[in-house]
Amino acid sequence: MRRRSLAVGALAATTALLISACGGGGSGGGGGASTALEGVGPITLVQGKDTSNFVQSQLDKWNGMHPDQKVTLIELPEDADAQRQQMIQNANAKSDAYTVLALDNVWTAEFAANRYVIQLPADQFPNTAQFLPPVIDSAKYKGNLYGIPYASDGGLLYYRTDLLQAAGISAPPKTWNDIVADCTKIKATPQGAGVNCYAGQFQKYEGLTVNAAEAINSAGGVITDPEGKPNVNTPEAKQGLDFLVNGFKQGYIAKEALTYKEEESRRAFQEGKLAFLRNWPYVYSLAEKTDGSSQVAGKFGVAPLPGMSGPGVSSLGGHALAISTFAKNKKTAADFINFYTAKDTNTTQVTQASLAPVWTSIYDDPTLQKQLPYLTTLKASILSAQARPKVVRYGDATLAIQDAAYAALQGTMTTDQALAQLQTKLEQLSTS
Amino acid sequence: MAVVEAPARTPAPKVDKSVDFRQQGRLASYLLTPTMAVLLVVIGYPILAAIYQSLFTQGQGVDADGFVIQGDTFSGLANYTAIFSGDTGARFWNAFYNTTFFTVVCVVIEIVIGVAMALIMNKAFKGRGLIRASILVPWAIPTVVSAKLWSWIFDANGIANYLLGTQVLWATDGWQAKLAVIIADTWKTAPFIGLLTLAGLQVIPGDVYEAAKLDGANAWRAFWSITLPLVKPALLVAVLFRILDNLRMFDLPVVLIGLQKPSVETLSIFSYLENSNTRYGPAAAYAFVLFLYVAVVAYLFVKLLGADVIGDKAAKKPARRRRRLAAKEATA
Repeated sequence: MRRRSLAVGALAATTALLISACGGGGSGGGGGASTALEGVGPITLVQGKDTSNFVQSQLDKWNGMHPDQKVTLIELPEDADAQRQQMIQNANAKSDAYTVLALDNVWTAEFAANRYVIQLPADQFPNTAQFLPPVIDSAKYKGNLYGIPYASDGGLLYYRTDLLQAAGISAPPKTWNDIVADCTKIKATPQGAGVNCYAGQFQKYEGLTVNAAEAINSAGGVITDPEGKPNVNTPEAKQGLDFLVNGFKQGYIAKEALTYKEEESRRAFQEGKLAFLRNWPYVYSLAEKTDGSSQVAGKFGVAPLPGMSGPGVSSLGGHALAISTFAKNKKTAADFINFYTAKDTNTTQVTQASLAPVWTSIYDDPTLQKQLPYLTTLKASILSAQARPKVVRYGDATLAIQDAAYAALQGTMTTDQALAQLQTKLEQLSTS
Repeated sequence: MAVVEAPARTPAPKVDKSVDFRQQGRLASYLLTPTMAVLLVVIGYPILAAIYQSLFTQGQGVDADGFVIQGDTFSGLANYTAIFSGDTGARFWNAFYNTTFFTVVCVVIEIVIGVAMALIMNKAFKGRGLIRASILVPWAIPTVVSAKLWSWIFDANGIANYLLGTQVLWATDGWQAKLAVIIADTWKTAPFIGLLTLAGLQVIPGDVYEAAKLDGANAWRAFWSITLPLVKPALLVAVLFRILDNLRMFDLPVVLIGLQKPSVETLSIFSYLENSNTRYGPAAAYAFVLFLYVAVVAYLFVKLLGADVIGDKAAKKPARRRRRLAAKEATA
C-alpha cells in the first residue's frame, strides 16, 4: 500500500508536467486556420493595461455603432514580457479567445515567422500610406505587413523646470555630462535636496533592453548591425553602457532605480522624487493631472534624450494591431483596425492618452503642437529612433541583453565582461 | 452485493473460503476500474505525453521565406544530456540548487514555527478560537495575492525597508531576493504545519502528561519524549506535503521577484521559461526531471521516516494480509 503514497507525490508533480504537455500540442503550425479576412461578429482586443481609459472609450464608441460586432477588451499585465508570453500561449493553444493583438513592434518578427498572426494586405488598410516611415517599417517582416501601427513611441527626457530654474539652469541637458553637471547644481539648492537625479527603467525586463539599447546607440554603438549581425563588444557600446553603470556607482542614478519599471519610475517622478526621467510620452498627460495624483503638474518639461556628445538615440517603441491566425471574425477585426487607426482616433489618442500618433500629419498640426508642446520633439525622436534587434528569437536575444546589462548595473560584472558575454550569446543565437 | 458480503461478516454456515475471496477480489477490481481509468487519464496520460514530448526538439531555424520551420524532430535523449553541459547545464543546476535550497530552508523554518504555533494553539486560554482563526488567515490567502502584498512590503520604499532603516532592494537579483521569498513562503505556510500538528496534538490524552509529571519529567523532557513522538505521524504528513509543494515552487518567486532572476529561478520556472520560448521538448525534459526528483524525495521520505500518508497503519495487520491474499487470488 506504500505505493499509493508515491502516487500522491506523482499527482503533485503532474501539475508541473501539465505545463509542458499543454504547450506540446501547439507545435504543429497554423495548419487549418484561414488567413482570409472573412467572418463578422464579436471579437476581442488584447493589449496591456489601459492606463488612461482611452481604449475603453473607443470601444464603447465602436460597440455603439456595431452592436452585433462588439469588441471586448482583454487587459494583460503591465509587464511586456508577460503580455508576449500570454499571446504566444494563446497561439500555441490555437485558441480563438484573442482576435486583435496589440503587438509590441519587437515581436513582429517572431509572431510573423511563427505564423501566430496573419499577413495583412496593405491595400485594405489605406491609412498606412500616411504613417511615419520608421513606424510602418517596424510592423513589417521580410517586406510584408503583419500589423497596423496605432501608436508609436519614442523615449523623452522629462525634467523638472522648477528645479532647473532654482539652480539657475536655463536649458534642459543635451548630453550626459550636462545631466551630471546639472544634478550637482540642483543638489546644492534647497529645493533640490533629497531629490534623486536621473532614472529610466532598470528592472530586469524588456524596459531594460530599451534603456540599455538607447545608451549604447546614443554613444554611437550598436547591438546588431543593419544586416542583423551582433557587434556589441565595441568601445562605443562600452561608453554607452558605462553611462548607466557609472550612474549607479557615482550616485546620479539612485540604487532603487534597479527596481523601476515604467510605472514605478513614473510614480517616482510624479511624487517629485526625480529631477530627470527617461520615459515614454504616455507619462505626459498623467504627470500633468491636477487632481492631486501628480505633484509635478505644471512643473516639468520635455526634451529630446541626451546622448554621449549630442542628442541621444531613442529605441523605437510602439504597438501595432495584428490579427491572430486562429481567430474568428477576421473581417470585423480588419474593419475595427481601420476604425482604430483612423486619423481622428489617432488624434484623440494623443490628447487623451499621450500615445504618440502614427500619422505624420498629426505631428504637424499647429493647434495640437500648442496643446502638446512635446510633439515636435517626439517626431524628431521617432524619425531618428533605432529599432531594437529584429530577430525571430527575440525572446532569447532580449534575455541575453538583460542578463548582461543587469549584471553590469548591479556591479556583479564589469562592462567589458558583460558586453563580451552578450556578444557571444547573440552570435550563438544568430547561428543556431 | 449483499450476498457476497454477508458470509464474510457472519461466522455462521461454513462455505468454501477461496471461492468467497475470489468473488470479492473480482468485485473489488470492478469497483476500482472507474477510479483507475480516471487516474490513467489525469495522471498517466500527461506524464506519458510529457515524456514523449521530451524526446523531441522544436525547429528554431527559419526557411528561405523567413518562416520558422515548424514541426518536431526526434532527438532521443539529447534534451536530457544537455543538462550536463554548457549554458543549459549551468542554468539547470542553478535552478536545481535553488529548488533544493528553498525546500530545505523553508520547510525547516516552517516546522519550527508551525510546531510552536500548534503548541500555543493547543493551550487552553481565553480567545483561543480567535487565535486559531487568525493564524489560518495567511494560509487562506492565494499565493499570488500574498506574493503581491509582500512585493509592496519589500518595495524599495516599502514598510520592510522603513522598519529596517536601510534600503535593501529586495526585488533585484541576489541573496536579498532569496531571503524575501523565504520570508513570504514561511509566513504563508507555517500555519499549515501548525494546523496539522494541532490536530495531532489534540488526540494525545492528558493522562500521559500527568504520568510523566508524576515521574518527574520537566516540560522540555515531556515535549521530546511524549509530544514529539506522538505528534510525529501528523507532523510527517504535513512536512511531506510542504516538501512536495516547495519542490514545485513557482508563483511566489515569479510574482514577488520576477522572471529571469537567476537567484530565485526554480526548476518549475526554468521549465516554464523554456516552454514560453517555444522549446517544448527541453521544457518537458526538465519538468520530467523535476517529477523524478519529487518522486524520489517523496519515496525516500516515506521509506526512511515512515510517514503514514493514507492512514494505513491504523488498519489491523491481519486485515491487510487478507486483502493481499484476495488480491493475489483475483489476479491468478
